[in-house]
Amino acid sequence: MNILTVDDSRTMRDMLRMALVKAGFNVVAAVDGEHGLEVLSENGADVIITDINMPKLDGFGFIERVREDHNHRATPILVLTTESDPSKKDRARRAGATGWIVKPFHPDKLIEAIRRVAA
Amino acid sequence: MDELEEIKVTFFQECDELLGDLEAGLLILQDGTGDAETVNSVFRAVHSVKGGAGAFGLDALVRYAHVFETLMDAVRAGRMSAEQELVRVLLRAADVLADQVAAARAGSLPDEAATASMVAELETWISGGGPATSVEVAAPAPVVAPAAIDDTEGDDVDFGFTPMKIEMISLEPEPEPETAGAKRWTVVFKPSPSLYAKANEAGLLLRELARLGPVETTVDDSAIPNLDVLDPEGGYLTWTVHVTTDQGEDAIREAFEFVDGDCELSVTAAPDDDATSAEDDGFDIARLLAMATAEPEAPAPIPLSLDPLPTPQAATADVAPAAPAVAAQRQPAPAAEHAPVQATIRVDPERIDRLIDLVGELVINQSMLAQRVSAHGFAPSSDVAMGLDELEQLTRAIQDSVMAIRAQPVKSVFQRMPRLLREVASQTRKQARLVMEGENTEVDKTVIERLAEPITHMLRNAIDHGLESPEERIAAGKPAEGTVRLAALHRGGRIVIEVQDDGKGINRPRVRQIAIDKGLLAADAQLTDEETDNLIFLPGFSTAGVVSDISGRGVGMDVVRRSVQALGGRISIASTPGAGSVFTLSLPLTLAVLDGMVVDVAGQTLVIPLTAIIESLRPKPEEIHALGSQGSVLAVRETYVRLVDIGKVLGFRETPTPPSDGVVLLVEGEDGSRSALVADAIHGQRQVVIKSLEANYRQVEGIAAATILGDGRVALIVDVDALVAVRREPSRPTEPVLIAAE
Repeated sequence: MNILTVDDSRTMRDMLRMALVKAGFNVVAAVDGEHGLEVLSENGADVIITDINMPKLDGFGFIERVREDHNHRATPILVLTTESDPSKKDRARRAGATGWIVKPFHPDKLIEAIRRVAA
Repeated sequence: MDELEEIKVTFFQECDELLGDLEAGLLILQDGTGDAETVNSVFRAVHSVKGGAGAFGLDALVRYAHVFETLMDAVRAGRMSAEQELVRVLLRAADVLADQVAAARAGSLPDEAATASMVAELETWISGGGPATSVEVAAPAPVVAPAAIDDTEGDDVDFGFTPMKIEMISLEPEPEPETAGAKRWTVVFKPSPSLYAKANEAGLLLRELARLGPVETTVDDSAIPNLDVLDPEGGYLTWTVHVTTDQGEDAIREAFEFVDGDCELSVTAAPDDDATSAEDDGFDIARLLAMATAEPEAPAPIPLSLDPLPTPQAATADVAPAAPAVAAQRQPAPAAEHAPVQATIRVDPERIDRLIDLVGELVINQSMLAQRVSAHGFAPSSDVAMGLDELEQLTRAIQDSVMAIRAQPVKSVFQRMPRLLREVASQTRKQARLVMEGENTEVDKTVIERLAEPITHMLRNAIDHGLESPEERIAAGKPAEGTVRLAALHRGGRIVIEVQDDGKGINRPRVRQIAIDKGLLAADAQLTDEETDNLIFLPGFSTAGVVSDISGRGVGMDVVRRSVQALGGRISIASTPGAGSVFTLSLPLTLAVLDGMVVDVAGQTLVIPLTAIIESLRPKPEEIHALGSQGSVLAVRETYVRLVDIGKVLGFRETPTPPSDGVVLLVEGEDGSRSALVADAIHGQRQVVIKSLEANYRQVEGIAAATILGDGRVALIVDVDALVAVRREPSRPTEPVLIAAE
């Protein structure tokens, strides 16, 4: 399964990559929402994991743009966020997020969340 | 190093960048030129530090960053404006954050009192939106030592920080304790169209439910309308699932966590006696999925597509468009996992150093080859010579590329300076503002590492000695706040760092008196203003009463000058009484190679750095004019330039060559002054690899380094400024320099 991660933090990208590769996924990483859209159109993805607070195009905007793209309307998107504010989660859901993972994530929880949204 | 440790190293590197961004953003806000995106970037920096710290269980750091972030969030949301007073608090908060990061990195404990008082101050702003009236607020939370990653499970709640992980489980009430073993539940689930719009799938949710225990599932399809009015993305089905599980209601609801609000859901416990009944007509999940595939609710836009759907997509029956299935099927490039999406790779610096050394050898080797080819009488138009030309171009391209690997913006050094300025200003009770320019100027990494110390010193000096106290400044008609400008720029193939202050300038009579008192200067010496200013660099010029522990730190300017010179650099000062001083530091862009002009002087081969040379000329006798008893000048167009005989200055010969017999190189020094260097002959332009003379021999005045020429001979590389300076001080004896020419 191919997973696209979108996060402006190098630490977080490395952590995700480590956890996901260990679990047997293929991982492609993007550094912000705009980059995420580019990578998605080039490589596609079975599941997308995205951060919210990012420069250029934030997670909300990124999710909206992904959902506007006919090719990715049905691609599960998990929001990875440290936001404890429920309104942020609601906003991500309104934008079209499938589910969420709260940072700091435990690798098992991450894999479980992916399993819940991906066939 | 295990993988996690490596990521931790990355985290701290990233922290350095984030702290730099944080400070830069806050300084923009301080200037009043910031906008919403500036506030956002400041928020993001704190937020990212917190996020990474959480991943490594750095609880103390997380807690502090959280308070900081909460305040930034209030600013971001417009609940608070980034007024000057607040920005000053935020700048100090950023300093404390940097200390916290440093402590976490060292595995030590941060300063508890400083943290607590900063937290109290931040919280006062958060709650009241104003400055703290008293810092003696509540006792600090216990500082928790950095813990192993697995410990992040146990979140302490401090500073009112809601642990972030709480969302990972459902927000439902605590489960009832499971005492009765397996229990039978009835779950009624009706997805709304919005569930599908978020790429959730009913099939996956039911599969999740089936993980809890045996399930019996029935589906009510009575709401499915006729095909002509059917919305392919509508939600028409209602599932009723009986699940027998020893887990509680919360586990069942958790399976639907992501679709809360996008479906109708009811979970009810069946009476206990039903617990074990399992009906034969229940669907297993596989049958359910098979059914979903054949669901009439799910016509593809092109009905009855014959393409076999891959199994995963079978469950997406409710999400009708065929396109996603096709997209998901498309295989990414085989190397997708290693696709160079991230723009950086990490390389051991030693490997790069080795590469640079090798390229240096390649340059020497290639130039030796060129010389042999020419010695064998190949014409420049011959295949061999032309092939060699191409090789030369390639070599140069390789060299440039290799050097570019190590080139980095000076930002990494500059970004430490605002804090230094704040600290020194507060210690010396001065008001100062730092203006930075050219932070993106690139220079070799090895040079960058050695810039920090002299810049730090010059900056301390500018604030401590340069700037006046606010009262003095006001009395002098200046703003109370002094300005210190730190700039980096490329000039003449070197990097130039300028530290300028608008303070009182150098007190020349005092500096002169100190130099005389210390026996460094004859009482009757006639010095220009510039020469007087530069007395502060003389060894032994310890301005005792003047040097405070702040700028001095026990190190005189002469030590700074020496360390700069060791790098092939120069430092000088220019001062205007009452208006301030400028320290100028210049260093080569790289410590590895140099473009030079190879010349002959008194039988020695020397290399003059090409960056210093403006032009070469053959003067006519009538253009040379004697000046005084020894000196002479050369008329170059409308101006006169001092003639400097290289051979005589370096002690190769006693009598200067008549300039009209040799070749004159017009050079420009760092300060822009011009001189005419007299050599016997010019061999041509060559790229040479710099070999330190100090490391292999010793420091020689007027000489920057040595190199090995194509024919294997050693040649000295002239330090033009130093050579000209030697010439200006005729009283100082020059040592003869002899290099064994092999």
